[in-house]
Amino acid sequence: MTAVAEAGARASVAGPWGMSLRAFRWWLVNYRRTWRGSIYSSLLNPVLFLGALGLGLGSLVDKHGTARLGGLSYLAFLAPGLMAASAMQTAVGESLYPVFSAVKWQQTYQAAAATPLRPADIYRGHLMFTTMRLIMNMVIFLAIMAAFGVVRSPWMIAGVPVAVLTGVAFAAPLDAFAVTREKNDQAFNVIFRFGMIPLFLFSGTFFPVTQLPAWIRPVAYATPLWHGVALCRELNSGAPDLLGAIGNLGYLAALAAISMLAGQITYRRRLYV
Amino acid sequence: MLGRVADVPEPAVLVQATDLTKRFGSFTAVDGISFELSRGEAFGFLGPNGAGKSSTMRMIGCVSPPSGGDLTILGMDPVSQGPAIRARLGVVPQEDRLDEELTVRENLLIYGRYFGLSKAIIADRTDRLLDFVQLSERGGDQVEPLSGGMKRRLTIARSLINEPDILLLDEPTTGLDPQARHVVWDRLFRLKQQGVTLILTTHYMDEAEQLCDRLVVMDRGKIAAEGSPRELIDTYSTREVLELRFAPDEHEHAAEVVAGTKADRMEVLADRILLYVADGDAALLQVRSLGLEPLASLVRRSTLEDVFLRLTGRRLEDG
Repeated sequence: MTAVAEAGARASVAGPWGMSLRAFRWWLVNYRRTWRGSIYSSLLNPVLFLGALGLGLGSLVDKHGTARLGGLSYLAFLAPGLMAASAMQTAVGESLYPVFSAVKWQQTYQAAAATPLRPADIYRGHLMFTTMRLIMNMVIFLAIMAAFGVVRSPWMIAGVPVAVLTGVAFAAPLDAFAVTREKNDQAFNVIFRFGMIPLFLFSGTFFPVTQLPAWIRPVAYATPLWHGVALCRELNSGAPDLLGAIGNLGYLAALAAISMLAGQITYRRRLYV
Repeated sequence: MLGRVADVPEPAVLVQATDLTKRFGSFTAVDGISFELSRGEAFGFLGPNGAGKSSTMRMIGCVSPPSGGDLTILGMDPVSQGPAIRARLGVVPQEDRLDEELTVRENLLIYGRYFGLSKAIIADRTDRLLDFVQLSERGGDQVEPLSGGMKRRLTIARSLINEPDILLLDEPTTGLDPQARHVVWDRLFRLKQQGVTLILTTHYMDEAEQLCDRLVVMDRGKIAAEGSPRELIDTYSTREVLELRFAPDEHEHAAEVVAGTKADRMEVLADRILLYVADGDAALLQVRSLGLEPLASLVRRSTLEDVFLRLTGRRLEDG
């Protein structure tokens, strides 16, 4: 065999984007095996929630007057907020256990770290896949909202990227944290019970935050999920308040960006021992 | 076939380590070791578990920054030029780290893509590599149900997808049954014949003897000795070894008597007495002439195990 100059014949080092894309491919190849099942749950999850809570519980709520929901039916109130909340759920599902598995059980991260990929590339590649899953799920969610007849404004299309950003703002720090777990996954249960479930219930998804006691409202406003929920809900009513939207997006983007810096450090510490 | 043909002249020394040190907190895993690796060599780190072999391999693999000393790989610095170095390394980790849910071919595809290789190149190399590791018929099969030996061979194939300048093998046959070990050794020996530069760690002296042109004996983070297997045996042991086994209640007394024979060295193990001599049969006659009748005796050539015992006072598997 002679030395070949043919492109792609020699191992190469690319920029951060190209290297992250290589790591992303691992997730894609694996997803080819499981995508069907994941689509079913992506469809079923919003249908169940919107059906049971939006229609079922909603019929009771609507009988008592919906002035506090801005005159909307409960279903119409719930749906855009639930979209942001489901982005959080998707992000959690693609982060904690998949990261722990990749670093502890399967050690696919370590296998990749033996190649030109750097820990930061491996981290970003995983985040790229989570982003792809978020885009898929949010598009599906929007379609189901439309099927339920609760897409009230074309602005709601912008709810997809907003919800995706909300998801990334969760996935980036959760990845960064999960990779630090050396022995077991016990911390994840704590995150579920004392983090995700309270956020899911109290970040304005199911009822306006103004229903909470005044003293605890600032806590709700400080959570990333509330920013996603609030903006998605606003978009479903038409053009959002620009300043408010910038505030929501800025908060989520800042959280994602800071977490990504932290994740580069935690991934390096774990993979370069 | 599998060795990479360099189109640029390369330095003959591929790895140079000087006073290389790795500390984890207050524990020193690698304690100031120095060695050189030349192109085309098969170089081994022989030592018990915990000797610092894997830590050394991880530093060479650019996934573990050295705590001290100098390390140059392919003329580059592992900390600042890790990706460029790793692009030219092949790594066979002890744990395989295969994608068990994927097929054999998918494993090579994914891995080749990590190196930025094109699909066509990967497909071409996959055919040859699977043929080389005798897995051609399993290409479309999922990895998970494959035997340990097959998985290890697949890991070796995977590590060759980028036609590496250096192949790093960490305990390549640990955990394999004897037959599977021999198949792996045979493949590694062929790679060596093809001129692929190998670095391996092992705590099996037979593996080191079969595969390594040159090796260092590591113990507690330090290099205890260095040379070819032959040189090490010639320097640190005798030509032959007489192994004697006595009944447990005679063992101690026999050791005292045997100490009176003319041997270069004697080792009293829990169950055996080893006499290091030039002529084992003659030594056995002498032992008998002293009125001792061992339950069993064996005359054999010295091995690296004896070298290790001499250098450290312990056996390799004792760790």
